[in-house]
Amino acid sequence: MNVYALRAIYRFEMDRMRRTLLQSLVTPVITTSLYFVVFGSAIGGRMAEIDGVPYAAYIVPGLVMLSLLTESIFNASFGIYMPKFTGTVYEILSAPISPFEIILGYVGAAATKSLILGLVILATARLFVPFEILHPLAMIGFLVLTAVAFCLLGFAIGVWADGFEKMQIIPMMIVMPLTFLGGSFYSIKMLPAFWQQVSLFNPVVYLVNGFRWSFYGQADVGIGASLGMIAAFIAICIAIIWWMFRTGYKLKN
Amino acid sequence: MLAPPQPAPILSIRGLTKTYASGFQALKGVDLDIRKGEIFALLGPNGAGKTTLISAVCGIVTATSGTVTVAGYDNVADYRRTRAMIGLVPQELSTNAFEPVISTIRFSRGLFGKPPNPAHVEKVLRTLSLWDKRNSRIMELSGGMKRRVLIAKALSHEPDILFLDEPTAGVDVELRRDMWEMVRALRETGVTIILTTHYIEEAEEMADRIGVIDKGELILVEEKKTLMAKLGRKQLVLHLREPLAAVPDALAGQPLELAQDGHDLIYTFDAQAEETGIPALLKRLADLGIDFKDLQTRQSSLEDIFVSLVRPRS
Repeated sequence: MNVYALRAIYRFEMDRMRRTLLQSLVTPVITTSLYFVVFGSAIGGRMAEIDGVPYAAYIVPGLVMLSLLTESIFNASFGIYMPKFTGTVYEILSAPISPFEIILGYVGAAATKSLILGLVILATARLFVPFEILHPLAMIGFLVLTAVAFCLLGFAIGVWADGFEKMQIIPMMIVMPLTFLGGSFYSIKMLPAFWQQVSLFNPVVYLVNGFRWSFYGQADVGIGASLGMIAAFIAICIAIIWWMFRTGYKLKN
Repeated sequence: MLAPPQPAPILSIRGLTKTYASGFQALKGVDLDIRKGEIFALLGPNGAGKTTLISAVCGIVTATSGTVTVAGYDNVADYRRTRAMIGLVPQELSTNAFEPVISTIRFSRGLFGKPPNPAHVEKVLRTLSLWDKRNSRIMELSGGMKRRVLIAKALSHEPDILFLDEPTAGVDVELRRDMWEMVRALRETGVTIILTTHYIEEAEEMADRIGVIDKGELILVEEKKTLMAKLGRKQLVLHLREPLAAVPDALAGQPLELAQDGHDLIYTFDAQAEETGIPALLKRLADLGIDFKDLQTRQSSLEDIFVSLVRPRS
């Protein structure tokens, strides 16, 4: 294990985060605050409780997830895309480090960043809505696993993308709709039976519900199914990245 | 004639080929041995495969076939060992624009698995006259300084082999001289240096050995001196007292030509030949009553040699 290299990459990425603190931390916090103002205060007052949880509190886990997913993908994809774009990736590729160490460095740093962001958003939400966390450890666990899963996805996107527009396609066209349709703002039980069934194919439903369970002790799907879905997601992302390094896809050809 | 025994090469390339996904064959079976401590210049026109060759050795490009060993270790199976021994200065000025100089040097050192060593980092930065700029962001530096930052990055982890891919492309004359000085000083410390260039004078100035690559094939590897002597044509220039309108018929068939409006008579000969033909020529000239004020001989440069090697192939 090349610990010095791992540390170098991790530190480099965290320094980059520090330099762009405004856009990487302040912007998502402002965006999320706006959601709370609109959905929580303005609309939430007219909504009935869901599963005995006031609507404003009900959407907290979903909103944290929404930011976590988009920011995780964005940070991790940028982390590896920028060296490709500027050409400095030559140094990473010629260094005595394994693909595993490269991923650990980049994804580790991106996930750390997402985790910090998630906690800051939670703290911000607390200013708007009084909510409690029933299973704090499980909450942190879900936060970490989700951050890692989507940072892995972001890393794969960063390797795949050969232009800035491609970096946006998957987050905007796939992740964003899946998140909005994934029960962030509602319980899928509120949907007609057919759409409930369709929703069960949306992986984000499992993430949001697992996370929500850690807050309020109830969810639309089983906690086991949530964990299983995250594990499967991480496995798929690792398989894709492993294949990318194995074949040198977009990196060494 | 038997060659004197050579120590095991520090870098050994065997049958290296690379075909890009586009179908372009950048390397067509390259064999090359680099000796420890030498300065090797790889010459070739643009697109000849110089950068691909370096990239395949360093692990940036996956070779299609062939093997590369560094100090006896395979660069795929033992990549950690081989890569730690190699420093690479790329052709493009690829830098992290927002990073301060010293952080980027420390980053490189860590990336190559070396523990922090402020003294070494300082030494490298001082050698390259970057110490005063250590806290500047790279984007604030001039092109020449960025080039030096890339060299500092490559030297940060104390490599045994240094690849310089077109180190003086777009660099002014003074900096080029500095660069040459630096490369020589590095060699004194035992570092093996492989540089690519299309400036012939650079190879002529610096290299112990020269390889010429063209269209993905290494068409020649030779000691610089041998190469210059073997392929070097010499010319004898006679500055005539009275200009000639044409080469006299009596001398037809000789490798002679006129220059400077007939004021110079140029005789081209093979410096390696037993008989250069000079005494006979001078005697004939005296017989013909062609008088000259002065004479000089000159050796063709590596550039002439290079052009004569590459041109017939294109």
